[in-house]
Amino acid sequence: MTITVLLAAALLAYTMAFIAGLSKLSNSVLLRKVTSVYVEVFRGTSLIVQLFWLYYAIPMLFNIPLGSNWWIGVIAIGLNYGAYMSEVVRSSIVAVDEGQAEAATALNMSSFQRMRLVILPQAVRMMLPEFGNYTILMLKSTSLVSLIGLRDILYYGDIIRSTNASATPIVYTVVLVFYFILALPLIWLTRKGEKIAKKGATTT
Amino acid sequence: MTEPIVQYRDVCKSFGDVEVLKGINLTIDPAEKVAVIGPSGSGKTTIIRMLMTLEEPTSGDIIVDGVNLWKMEKNGKMVRANEKHLRQIRGDIGMVFQHFNLFPHMTILENCMVAPIHVKKENKEEVRERAIEMLERVGLEDHIDKYPSQLSGGQKQRVAMARAVVMRPKIMLFDEVTSALDPELVGEVLEVIRDLAQHEDMAMVLVTHEMDFALDIADRVLFLDNGVIAEEGTATEVIEHSQNERLQSFLSRFRA
Amino acid sequence: MNTTYWSWERFFDALPFVLDGLWMTIFLTIACFLFALVFGFVWTFLRRIPNKSFNWIVTWIMEFIRTTPPLVQLFFIYYAWPVIPVVGMTLSPVQSAILGLGIHYSTYISEIYRSGIESVEKGQWEAASALNFSVWDKWKKIILPQAIPPTVPMLGNYFIILFKEVPLVSTISVAEILLKANTYGARTYAYLEPLTVVGIIFLLLSYPSALLVQRLEMKMNTRFDKNAVVKSS
Repeated sequence: MTITVLLAAALLAYTMAFIAGLSKLSNSVLLRKVTSVYVEVFRGTSLIVQLFWLYYAIPMLFNIPLGSNWWIGVIAIGLNYGAYMSEVVRSSIVAVDEGQAEAATALNMSSFQRMRLVILPQAVRMMLPEFGNYTILMLKSTSLVSLIGLRDILYYGDIIRSTNASATPIVYTVVLVFYFILALPLIWLTRKGEKIAKKGATTT
Repeated sequence: MTEPIVQYRDVCKSFGDVEVLKGINLTIDPAEKVAVIGPSGSGKTTIIRMLMTLEEPTSGDIIVDGVNLWKMEKNGKMVRANEKHLRQIRGDIGMVFQHFNLFPHMTILENCMVAPIHVKKENKEEVRERAIEMLERVGLEDHIDKYPSQLSGGQKQRVAMARAVVMRPKIMLFDEVTSALDPELVGEVLEVIRDLAQHEDMAMVLVTHEMDFALDIADRVLFLDNGVIAEEGTATEVIEHSQNERLQSFLSRFRA
Repeated sequence: MNTTYWSWERFFDALPFVLDGLWMTIFLTIACFLFALVFGFVWTFLRRIPNKSFNWIVTWIMEFIRTTPPLVQLFFIYYAWPVIPVVGMTLSPVQSAILGLGIHYSTYISEIYRSGIESVEKGQWEAASALNFSVWDKWKKIILPQAIPPTVPMLGNYFIILFKEVPLVSTISVAEILLKANTYGARTYAYLEPLTVVGIIFLLLSYPSALLVQRLEMKMNTRFDKNAVVKSS
């Protein structure tokens, strides 16, 4: 459960990050404003509050019964981190040297080609470490879904605790270690991403 | 008389309150090699950046091959050019930058191939052949699979020139292409420019600090000072016979 | 059911009830932050002890604390700690909250201290040694005055992050705004309005603070950017 929530939420977050990050750089004032509202609302309030809010609001808004908790967990975590990561996308694109865009213009590339062939491949490299860090944060956040009744690692930990109080320390230690083990490959990937980013950052 | 390939008509450019160019009038013939010299801050670079469409003139017209670059006709009125209009003309112009601006995530060969393939939609194999040929000509055939970060500054600049020439522009712009290089690497880059100047029939505009070199290969030299063309003529005219005091003192700094 | 629709009446009814928890939220934010600031120094100090295996252990302990959920850590401290023999003791919810979030964020704060110290140029250390400063004076007069100011905006950011993390402690029954909202919901079966109040409170407090930190950051950048050059045309 923890893993499926993480994967789905991460996918949603990455998508939102790119959509919002690119929108923030668009020429359309309206698009920029709408994106800013999305980003500021999700960054300005806390994830746990959003999770509870969506838990009660989504059934009411779409008239569906309480219970599709998996989706609510995914949506809350995905939208929340998408907002944070959109800033990573935006700043990485801005950080690509201006000369790169100029050289692309001089080669008569269209603005779409400029983005696809020249800017994004370089920007994505810069994003990797931050994306890794945020994915680790997302992993930690998945623990919150137990609060809306999803059966993740923590949920089972709670059950065991309530039946056998003396086992509590072991139960939580196991849960913590479990999260840590899940995080290890992410830590490794992040470090790898850092190396790639450093390599890509060498100026021409 | 041949039709000029580029014409500047009373072109002015300001950055904020600073007026960098105060009315430039200039005609460049096809295949003509023009050198632009002058103190830093005189607006030399801005002249060619406007032609490359990287900077929009504040007023005046730039005509490329008979077409107004920054303006276009719409419903019988002349309006500001859109991206589509700029793209149509931009294809005839190539530029080499002071800081190379090679694409760091592509190999040398890919750098030279990306634009012909994606922009001009040319056949990949043909482009590849032409790119390799061009890289041989600038003496880098052994490095085609390396990345820009593995090359010296002089080599990078030679790649940048190959990348621009592969696009077969009618006009090539050189923006102080040697000023970011270590002195011992300047020679190899100038050699390539000389080769291009002698064997290609495209027009060339060189903004440069390499005085002797500019005077050597250029058909015409412009001395830019305070936002205007203060002196122009053949190399000999400008150097030996000019009465312009500012030009004399500017030149004397290079002849110590 | 009368809870299916949004009601402004309930919204304003819930407002004072939820606001009541704001002081606890703010108190906890400040307390956890201070704890993290102090404990962050401890980590930074421990990491500077020049012993390879000790260093390795400290690094991985920090990594463990940082990559596991603060929620589980809170539960551990609140539920598990009292049961552990010998060292175990019962902590109040507020104490657990400060300890839990404080320790979790101290690992991040320590990272900021480290980046601050590392940002001081090598030449400064050498100059301090060349002038024959004592270790104490070197840190007090040369290194820290340069290392701390650039970290202030980053610390500010973490203060805001911590503020948004405090509602976690509602799960161990600390009566801050989220718990208040949930209590109101449990009483009236209307959750949406009190939770919206909570959201608005967070937005109103954290957005201006974020802008403030941003301004601070810009100010710092212009002051400390030694490579700042005037861009030529």
